[in-house]
Amino acid sequence: MWLRIQRLNQQRFVLTAKDCSTFVSAVCVHQLHTSSTEPASSSYNGLYPGHIHTTPIQKALLAVGSGVAALRDPYRHDMVAVLGEATGHFALINLRDRMRNDPEGYTILTERPRIRLSTIDVAKMASLPEGSFGREYVRFLEDNHVTPDSRADVKFVDDEELAYVMLRYREVHDLMHTLLGMPTNMLGEVAVKWFEAAQTGLPMCAFGAALGPLRLNARRLQTLVTSLGPWALRNGLRARFVLNIFYERRWEQSLEDLRQELNIEPPPVILSAAKKMST
Amino acid sequence: MFQRRSRGQKYTFWLRDGFRDGESEERIKSYHRPHRRSSMQKSEYTCDHRPRVYKVFENVAQKYDIMNDAMSLGIHRVWKDALLHVMHPQPGAQLLDVAGGTGDIAFRFLEYIRLQEERQKRRAARSSQTPSWQDISNNYSTEDESRESRAVVCDINKEMLKVGKQKADSLGVSAGLSWVVGDAEELPFDDDQFDIYTIAFGIRNVTHIDQALQEALRVLKPGGRFMCLEFSKVNNPILSSIYDAYSFQMIPVIGEVIAGDWKSYQYLVESIRKFPNQEEFKGMIEDAGFYCVKYYNLTGGVVALHSGFKL
Repeated sequence: MWLRIQRLNQQRFVLTAKDCSTFVSAVCVHQLHTSSTEPASSSYNGLYPGHIHTTPIQKALLAVGSGVAALRDPYRHDMVAVLGEATGHFALINLRDRMRNDPEGYTILTERPRIRLSTIDVAKMASLPEGSFGREYVRFLEDNHVTPDSRADVKFVDDEELAYVMLRYREVHDLMHTLLGMPTNMLGEVAVKWFEAAQTGLPMCAFGAALGPLRLNARRLQTLVTSLGPWALRNGLRARFVLNIFYERRWEQSLEDLRQELNIEPPPVILSAAKKMST
Repeated sequence: MFQRRSRGQKYTFWLRDGFRDGESEERIKSYHRPHRRSSMQKSEYTCDHRPRVYKVFENVAQKYDIMNDAMSLGIHRVWKDALLHVMHPQPGAQLLDVAGGTGDIAFRFLEYIRLQEERQKRRAARSSQTPSWQDISNNYSTEDESRESRAVVCDINKEMLKVGKQKADSLGVSAGLSWVVGDAEELPFDDDQFDIYTIAFGIRNVTHIDQALQEALRVLKPGGRFMCLEFSKVNNPILSSIYDAYSFQMIPVIGEVIAGDWKSYQYLVESIRKFPNQEEFKGMIEDAGFYCVKYYNLTGGVVALHSGFKL
């Protein structure tokens, strides 16, 4: 859960709340302005843990630098994340407003659930019936050798709520893979990026969607252009807004049922999971 | 006042060629001296930056050289070359490079000596037809030349030394090079061992600079030279504002993009600002007991090269 900080005189009190299921009412957050010479090991100066203040020039430099770094090495997830944060301010406001206007999305914004190994019960989800959303998600994690804990923290978003929206988007990304049935190889990632670009309008998604295909070989590029790409775009535009779904309460729901509810067609091509090297 | 160190417990052991992981560090630890300030631990006395500094350099070790090139736009090579030119080492010199990490100074030192030796051999070959009195007297003193010049790279951080060793292996340099784990405030070497002591861009990370200077005085031979390259104060106001803007805006961004570590590079930039300026540092070196202390400003004062002698 998010740490709230209040500053009284010279002392700093750090109040922590338990994860996940507590219902946290909107508490105003006092912004801390501490001098840069203080050690940052035990406390943090910023709007949320991990927040780093950046000037607009720095954001622009970060956007350019991380864009170049992400293009050169697409496996640098941290660079893709930084690119998203540096360029996504207006899109995040739009996403946050869409969440506020939807009852389920509003619940997410207030309850602030997190998808991490410490908050989801993987063993219980693995024991759910075949075809259920939770079971398919666990299968996706195992087949592709990924873990929900490998998402980078949000650092450069200058608003606490928008930072949560960004974090939620990042954590829901794996669930997108499950819903769309896409593995984590380059082709699957590009297909998911097309879907997300249509859904969220984040510049980073558009960037990845436009430049990702450059790294595909001819056969995969053809698959993308002829079947996967149009399918992803079409579904992205007509599906219900994915950030408005409280996934943690829907593990038992059947995957087909969830797809129908969200207005997503099943994938036209079945892609096999990536053979990944152990990192 | 600075206390003189007790010389009761001497280090009779120091590593020669290469170090074996773990083993050598254990041996150094067994010779560790007791704390001088017996009533207080060092970390209570002032804020001990060692754990923080260790973590910073552990994170950045792999990308250290790339980051140096990116941050200084390659100018750090010019600074290090300048250090060697001012040093002008002769064959047979013994160098201790403290906080030498990835070995830049040590490699340059060995290369410089090698070129010097080649030049001397060429000169000797040219004049071997009619030997001058100089050559005859040189022939008498050839026994001295059998002392090989050697460079010892000492660093507190094993990761940095590992990267340096890999560089040495890839360059094919191994003769006369040693890698030692050690703390600049308590060097694992005997007194009066080295001709030249260098510390390039390392002394600002030392918590007690005066102690490091005293250790430098201790391990140098009489007549030995202390040389320090460090970021310093830019006096020109225009250059200073450009430099500040570049440091605070660009460098953490470069750190994030290349090394994925904003905070470490922000720390590095801040540690530069906290370091004393040229005159103050010169005073500190003189207080430690060095003579003929002078400094050279490089790149308008961005970097200062301080030099002093132990007499």
